[in-house]
Amino acid sequence: MGSTIFEERDRQIHRKGDEPFSMDCDMPSLAGAVSQRACVFCGSRVVLYPIADALHLVHGPIGCAAYTWDIRGALSSGPELHRLSFSTDLQEKDVIFGGEKKLYQALIELINRHSPKGAFVYSTCIVGIIGDDLGAVCRRVSEETGIPVIPVQSEGFKGNKRAGYNAACKALFELVGTGVIDDISPVSINILGDFNLAGEIWIIREYFERMGVQVVANITGDGRIDDIKRSHGASLNVVQCSGSTIDLAIMMERQYGIPFMRVSYFGVEDMAESLYRVANFFSDGDTDIMDRTRELVRNELAQLYPLLEKYRKDLMGKKAAIYVGGAFKAFSLVKAFRLIGMDVALVGSQTGTEEDYRELYDITDPGTIIVDDSNPLELSSFLQEKDVDIFVGGVKERPIAYKLGVGFCDHNHERKEALEGFVGMLNFAREVHSTVMSPVWRFSPRRISQHSSYELSLKAV
Amino acid sequence: MKALAEHFVSTTNSCKLCKPLGACLAFRGIEGCVPFLHGSQGCATYMRRYIISHFREPMDIASSSLGEKSAIYGGGPNLKLGLRNLMNKYNPQIVGIATTCLTETIGDDTSRYVTEFCQEFEEFLNFHGRPELVTVSTPSYSGSYMEGFHAAVESVVAKLAKNEAVVDSVNLFPGFISPADTRYLKEILADFGLKATVLPDISETLDAPALAGYEKIPAGGARLNDIRAMGGALASVEFGRSIIGSHTPGNILLQKFHQPLYSSGTPIGLQETDRFFEILEKLSGIPTPEKHALERGRLVDSYIDGHKYVFGQKAVIYGEMDIVIGITSLLVETGMKPVLVATGSSSKNFRNAIEDVCSGILEEFPVVMEDVDFFDIASEIKSLEPNLLLGNSKGHRLSKEMDVPLIRVGFPIHDRFGGHRQFSIGYRGAQNLFDLIVNTLIQRKQDSSDIGYGYI
Repeated sequence: MGSTIFEERDRQIHRKGDEPFSMDCDMPSLAGAVSQRACVFCGSRVVLYPIADALHLVHGPIGCAAYTWDIRGALSSGPELHRLSFSTDLQEKDVIFGGEKKLYQALIELINRHSPKGAFVYSTCIVGIIGDDLGAVCRRVSEETGIPVIPVQSEGFKGNKRAGYNAACKALFELVGTGVIDDISPVSINILGDFNLAGEIWIIREYFERMGVQVVANITGDGRIDDIKRSHGASLNVVQCSGSTIDLAIMMERQYGIPFMRVSYFGVEDMAESLYRVANFFSDGDTDIMDRTRELVRNELAQLYPLLEKYRKDLMGKKAAIYVGGAFKAFSLVKAFRLIGMDVALVGSQTGTEEDYRELYDITDPGTIIVDDSNPLELSSFLQEKDVDIFVGGVKERPIAYKLGVGFCDHNHERKEALEGFVGMLNFAREVHSTVMSPVWRFSPRRISQHSSYELSLKAV
Repeated sequence: MKALAEHFVSTTNSCKLCKPLGACLAFRGIEGCVPFLHGSQGCATYMRRYIISHFREPMDIASSSLGEKSAIYGGGPNLKLGLRNLMNKYNPQIVGIATTCLTETIGDDTSRYVTEFCQEFEEFLNFHGRPELVTVSTPSYSGSYMEGFHAAVESVVAKLAKNEAVVDSVNLFPGFISPADTRYLKEILADFGLKATVLPDISETLDAPALAGYEKIPAGGARLNDIRAMGGALASVEFGRSIIGSHTPGNILLQKFHQPLYSSGTPIGLQETDRFFEILEKLSGIPTPEKHALERGRLVDSYIDGHKYVFGQKAVIYGEMDIVIGITSLLVETGMKPVLVATGSSSKNFRNAIEDVCSGILEEFPVVMEDVDFFDIASEIKSLEPNLLLGNSKGHRLSKEMDVPLIRVGFPIHDRFGGHRQFSIGYRGAQNLFDLIVNTLIQRKQDSSDIGYGYI
């Protein structure tokens, strides 16, 4: 066991039950350790990407744009400009003589071609080194074209993904406060930190609408520049996800006095709790809102529970491992697994804070491994040690699970199944069931050597 | 030839990938090798994700994970720390170190850092069995991923190949072909009775069986000792018309050790494969074994059986140069009509190679485009009215928008299953591709007809 864990990373792993909780996190990734994390650029790109009527231009060599082309399953109900990949494709001569001129020409060319409502210009590693003045080029193009053109300071090496979230929030904040807010109801919110993967924000918006709450801006799933411009007219910011948009909520609270609350739409408990908290916030001005919300939750649960039961029966007592980008999602996943009768043996994230990990410690069972910024060697050894039935993660985690004969559920930005909301819980249970209960594991070498039941399983088929 | 589309400054939907990705793929085809990117953490992670989505296999790429301090003061300390950490946990026999745009731009002298590392940590390296450290310069702002791929193979050969003893084998540099193709290639060589070192060899490393435990470094790949012995081999064979005459591994061996070099196109289609088999007959001194002669015969038989379905059908081919050249050759020899061939990279050979494989059969040569993106291809394609697209899966939007079927070949194939098990080379690959093409066209005809033919 010990041999797969770097000494330097010892304090980023905690086994609940051994000693009082204490963990290091939010540190640079260890060189040579094959971290599952990406970079600052990645953090900014994932947050801003779903704004569908904006031009997203990556200023740098081709790789950064190529690897993020249509990478997220963030859906749009209208324009789909975000699904194209734009780059200045910097060449050697640009690196030597500077890329500002190329950036200017590229922006003008693309804005003329696509008439976007706004543009984001992402800085990449070498732009930070060659010293292009992104701000100046963006200001000039904005004046000439009349649309907001916003630089995103996302040089890959300047921190980790969290720094990228922050850069994206700063870029968004430049838009906020520039739109008209006359027709906004006092019972209104912005949805922050939901990216409309597989259409999830549409599920959540529908709940809020049934409660009588106006949604001013989606930030950023199915997002629109004009909505974000007037998002300061909402009465409340409802913030999901670990930190990707919390900085924006804090800035909006300071500047415009808009309070915010952190929520999660994953799992039954957290979904219901989120709706109740929003209802409670507005209950002074809207005395019926709580009743409407209770009615909504009651109806949804009445439909959901009988359907969940058959999955729960099969999955009872099975074990799960979770490794996701943000820790906030992990809280809900722990509860969601409980609801379908499963135990969580490992939980970790790329970018969790100490506060996040403390909460994970509080809600998990003794013996659970909690890990920050892990890597394939650690994860594979934990999966084997805990002998789990399913691993929840992203595409990079999938082959680790499959090679070891462990089921897998994609809970990352490439997922194609909506996992939020009450209906999302059902989709989640169905997906977990489809992998945990598959007959293919009986042929997997690890399971065979483990149970020495090869002949038995052959007879069974 | 038609005038090419207007040139744009911006790139929309790139038709190429960046250089270090190719280097990582090539390094994965060496036994006991871990690819290592000297740069920011994101590069390694993005490339891992991209490669995993195609192969559905683990792909560990280490990174020196440079932060702001390293970008200012140099990445040497992080590179050395990363190498130590990697050796402690992975125990590699070789580390393939590729640079990135960041480390090239800040002026890191990666080779010097590695030399320093070997001096500073001599005992440590001894303890770890003296792993080889190979560096390759792969700034993303110059060239595309195939250039990074070739550069990595070249660095490995330049650093490791010696001619201390004459060995009874041939060197084969196949370029970037699928694991299934690589296995088949080794089968062909064995059937000719030839011992061969295929570099890189991703046949097992990027298509491994399910396992009882997690392999830190996947088994398989070209063996280090075989690579070291390359200088004493009988000859080298190198695939890829796009790289002929440039600085290649085969040329290095030719210049250093006067070793005969046989260059051929990537053997896609009947004629390009025939050329490769001629080389094998010459090297082995035996005629093509019956098994392969029969495969060839069946291929020709199928060309005849299927010729009417494909005759005159217009095709657009895009992607990596040598795959595009090979596919074009196959289409032309079966009677199809390539109307546009496009690549995101460029080479002085590309246009000539396309014209060469078209000449003698095709009266009107296709439009040839280099250094293009999918926006350029889409603009050009509209007036050409193709019946079929062939290329990697990044053309799927184009296919949908134009309502023209896309046959997925090459890399990446992110929206279909089993791309890495696809045969494209040799008689077997040509058979697979021809069947696919004919069936795609037949299905089109069947689907678009109200009659719903039961026999076609």
